[in-house]
Parts: sequence; C-alpha cells; structure tokens
Amino acid sequence: MSTPQVEVTESLDTLGSGAGGEASYGRPKRAGVDTTHGAILYLDSISVVFDGFKALNNLSLDIGVGELRCIIGPNGAGKTTMMDVITGKTRATSGTAFFGQNYDLAQLSEAQIADIGIGRKFQRPTVFENHTVFENLELAMKANKNVKSTLFARLNSTQRDKIAETLDMLRLTADQQREAGLLSHGQKQWLEIGMLLMQEPLLLLLDEPVAGMTDAETERTGELLNELRGKHSLVVVEHDMDFVTQIAQGGKVTVLCEGSVLAEGTMQQVQEDQRVIEVYLGR
Amino acid sequence: MSVMHTTIARHSSSRLYSGSTWTGIAIVVAFFACLPALNLFFPVDHPLHVSSFTVALIGKFLCYALAALALDLVWGYTGILSLGHGLFFALGGYAHGMYLMRAAKSSPEILPDFMGFLSWKTFPWFWSFTEHFWYAMLLVVLVPGVLAFMFGYFAFRSRIKGVYFSIITQALTFAAMLLFFRNETGFGGNNGFTDFKKILGFDITSADTRAVLYWVSLATLLGSLILARAITQSKLGRVLTAIRDSESRLRFLGYEPLGFKLFIWTVSAILCGIAGALYVPQVGIINPSEMSTENSIEMVIWVATGGRGTLIGPIIGAGTINGLKTWFTSVFPEFWLYALGLIFVLVTLFLPQGIVGLARQLGQRFKRIKP
Repeated sequence: MSTPQVEVTESLDTLGSGAGGEASYGRPKRAGVDTTHGAILYLDSISVVFDGFKALNNLSLDIGVGELRCIIGPNGAGKTTMMDVITGKTRATSGTAFFGQNYDLAQLSEAQIADIGIGRKFQRPTVFENHTVFENLELAMKANKNVKSTLFARLNSTQRDKIAETLDMLRLTADQQREAGLLSHGQKQWLEIGMLLMQEPLLLLLDEPVAGMTDAETERTGELLNELRGKHSLVVVEHDMDFVTQIAQGGKVTVLCEGSVLAEGTMQQVQEDQRVIEVYLGR
Repeated sequence: MSVMHTTIARHSSSRLYSGSTWTGIAIVVAFFACLPALNLFFPVDHPLHVSSFTVALIGKFLCYALAALALDLVWGYTGILSLGHGLFFALGGYAHGMYLMRAAKSSPEILPDFMGFLSWKTFPWFWSFTEHFWYAMLLVVLVPGVLAFMFGYFAFRSRIKGVYFSIITQALTFAAMLLFFRNETGFGGNNGFTDFKKILGFDITSADTRAVLYWVSLATLLGSLILARAITQSKLGRVLTAIRDSESRLRFLGYEPLGFKLFIWTVSAILCGIAGALYVPQVGIINPSEMSTENSIEMVIWVATGGRGTLIGPIIGAGTINGLKTWFTSVFPEFWLYALGLIFVLVTLFLPQGIVGLARQLGQRFKRIKP
C-alpha cells in the first residue's frame, strides 16, 4: 500500500496550486517516463500487415506532452489498428513505438502498458455492467493491482474523495450505486472516460468517443475533453467533423489514409488540403 | 427464504452479511448441528430420534455442499466453468484414504491387501509418512492445490478460456481416472480404498465418531462460506466478476488476470479437496469412479440449480439435488439420470439464477404487494 500513498501526497501538492477539484489529476509527468524532448509518444515507420493486407503502412507520428491531438480519416485508414499497436493488442510487423524516450511499447504487455500510463477508451463503451458505477471507478483507480494487495485493499478517505470528484465531473454522482449496465449510452461513455482518468494516465487514447451520442451528450463530451486538455496528453480518433472542430481549436489534426499520415496541421489547414478533400469527397 | 434474498444484496460495507442473514445462517447451522445429538441422546423408538442413516446422509451432503461452494467461486464468480472438480474432490479423498488404510491395520507397516496381490514388499515412496494424520491432512491441501496451480498456470497463461478450458478439465479428470484404475499406480485399482477401521484411534463406524465427523464437516462448510464471502466481497472479488464479464477490459485497466484466476482456481481446488477428505471417512470408500466425468458434471448442476454466484445457492442446490437423488434412486432408480437431465434443462430455461434467484424474485414481488 505504500506506493499509492506516496502518489496521493504528490497529487495533493498540485491540488494546492491548481484550480478546482480536478487538479489532482494534474501531474504532467510521472517519474520513470522520460519526456525531456517534449513528446510523450513516438511512432516511427510502423507497419502492420495482416495476411498481406497493410493495415498500417510506414506510419510515423509523435504526440507532445499535454497535447490534444485529433486523428481523422476514412474507414479502413488504420486508426483503430494504430490504437491497438500503442496499447499492445496488436504487434507491429516493423517499426518502433516508444512511450517517452525510454519505454519500448513492443516489449510490454497490455497490463504493463496500462500501468505505465496509457489509458484507452474503446469504440463501443465497455464498462463492467454488473458492477455499480462506483465500483467501476474503484476497480480502475490507480493502485497496486497485484493479487495480494487487491485482496486486502480498503478504500481510504483520499481515495473516496477522488472517486467522488470524478463522479462529480462525469455528472454521475446520483447514479453511483446503480449498475453500470443500466446507464444510458452516453453515460457509459463518460463512465469509461472516468475509469481512464482514475488510472491517472499520462496519455489517453479515445476511439470515437461521441459515436452514437445525442447532440447534447456530444457537446457535454466536448466540454469534458476540453477540461482535460493540458492535464493529460489526449489522442482522439473521430469521424464527427463538427465535434473535431469543437475540440481541436487551434491544435494539430492528423489525417490518416491507407495506413499512413496524409496530412497534418490545424483543422483549417487540413480542411483546405487538396488531397484530404479528394480522400473525403472523391469516394 | 427471505434470509437468502438479503444475502445477495450487494454493498461495499465491510460487514460480510446483514444482521438478519447472520441470524438465518445461525438458525440453519444450529438446526443441522442438533441432528447428530438427537441421534446420540434419544433412543431409537423416541419420536425425536434421528436415524443414523439420516445423519450419515446429511454428513455426506455437507461435503457435497462444500464442493459446490468451491465450484461457485470459479464458475459463478470468475466465469471459469470447470468440468473436472471431481478430480480435486477425489484427490483430497485419496490423500485422507491413505492414512485411513494404514490406520486400519494393527501396525502401519503392514501393507494393504491390494499391494500384497501385486506382491509388493514395501510401500512405494509416495506412501511415505502417510501413517501420520497431520501429513495426510497436509497432502489433502497440497495435492489438489499444487496440481490445480500447475494446471491453471499453463492453461490460463495460454489464455485458454470458455468451452475449451471446460473440455480440458474434463479430459484431465478422465485421464486421472484411467490412471487410478490401474492396479500398478498403487492406489488399489478399481476397488480403491475401503474397509477403514480407525481414525486417530477412534472406531470409525461408531455413532460418536460419525457425529464428530459430521460436526467437523458442518464447521468446515460454515468456515469456508465465511472465507468465500470475505473473498468475494473484497476488491479482489470485484476483480473476479470483472474477469467473468470482460477480461480484456480488465487487462487494459492494468490488472493481469492470470494471478487472479490462478488464486481463485487454487483456493477452489483446495476447498474441493478438503470436501473429499471429509467425505471419505463418512462413506467409508474412495475409488476412481469419483473421478468419472458424470460426477464433475453433477457438481455443475448443483451450482446451477442453487444459483450461480450466490455462495449460499450452491449449498442449497447440492442439498436439493442430492436429496432428490436419494429419493429417486430408491423409488425409480433407472429414471434418475433422466430426471437429472430434465432438472438441468428446466433450471437453465426457467431459473437462470437458480433457487436463490427465484427466492429473490418472490421476495421482491412480496415486498411490492405489501408495502
């Protein structure tokens, strides 16, 4: 139990200087991940080949610390495969993926990758439907996740406060004792984002976070992501152009096509790019 | 029945059960604890007398209930369907049986008859120290535990899941049965161990000894229920149900499911082995048919009938099905397997939550009618 406690004090320090309750997530760097060159994720000429089909083709990309990067692209552009490579679900056929300067993602298991600070939200919401909202957040919370410490784990008041803060931010406080399976689609998506935040990730990967959401839910999700901007590095893969415009603001947008980067720039630059227009409108 | 319904309510409080549930458990335990006393202290013709047959039968059911409880931990909570728990039950039984075989002779150095038939002159190495009761008890825990740990490590590490895992466990118990059927294996071949005489110096057939064995079984079952409840109510218990519901999601949260599965799988096998060890002195025999595939499948039916993932349900299920079996096999012996199959089909179709689920539903309906 000693490791999490040390980190709790650390986050309390930032809470004092930060603004608002969510500041306990505001740890821009974690000891162990070397981000001295300003980038949290480096993908260098990654290729993934499935039975001769190139899902990713020489893809190179890097994400800066605290950046909110939107990734768009037509169906089959390799967006989800890229997420799979980063989180260890799929191994790259060639190329290298580094987290900070010092973690080679090809060497780590899914659980280890989650542990060093990469959180992933899947396309379809996957929460634990038979657990309550509170229990979902409790399971996700950053802690020593081996068998023995899990068996004897007891929530202390700092941890309870943290769950309460997250519930508040997700606007799920009133639903905390409901089974997660009973939530609406949008609420499940938020709960899943909340579960990622409980892990205190350095990098958050969000795969189509607003798919299937109502307009009001989409707008609320945009607000939520804007609240997280700067506290975490975020990668958002999305089809919904209005939503991308809402969250990208002045930040960089990457267009993927046929497994590699087609264009990169602000939303406006990308929208004016001739090749992007062809890819999107030519089909 | 209202007792059971409250036990299912989930709450993250540190108390294992609510006050009323504890009262219910205490009443049920006290009732069953009285039965051997009624057998011992009332003469045979007294109306309050409980027959030795009933005591022996319920003593046996208590062991089955413990096995069902163990299976519920892996199947009901973690979603790992084992069709081979009969193996762990039988191994616990054999481990204790080795001691009982040696205690049956006037000197522990005298070989059991089946070794004489093989014209063996000395005990094989794996019979060493089995004349000591404590060592046999150690084996009861270690043999199923170590086997389960090793098997589980390779199976779970290779991410073998679902029906594939179930089939492998089935094959494992079948292979073990074939091994134990061989006389040369050194466990009495198809006759197994029987003709026990003494346990710790007491006559194993006397009513007093049987009453003590019964009480020990009851206490072990109660202790195991509390242990299982403590495990399932802990954060680890919530991780287990998360493995059942979405293992890959859990992996992305930074948990490595292997250790958790291995933990609960081994705990379950050990509890099942203890159940077998309590069973053998009470029924007086252990042979390889305990490892037959039917036995393991029957255990699954106990759990399904009582209610998966409820702990108390499988205990009730083991009692109900075995009670029915006792009645059926004396009235229509040839129809029992058909009846068992029918029960399983009906439970699967109409009572997916088992008896406990039904009780819970009735309880809720009752509450709605009577506010």
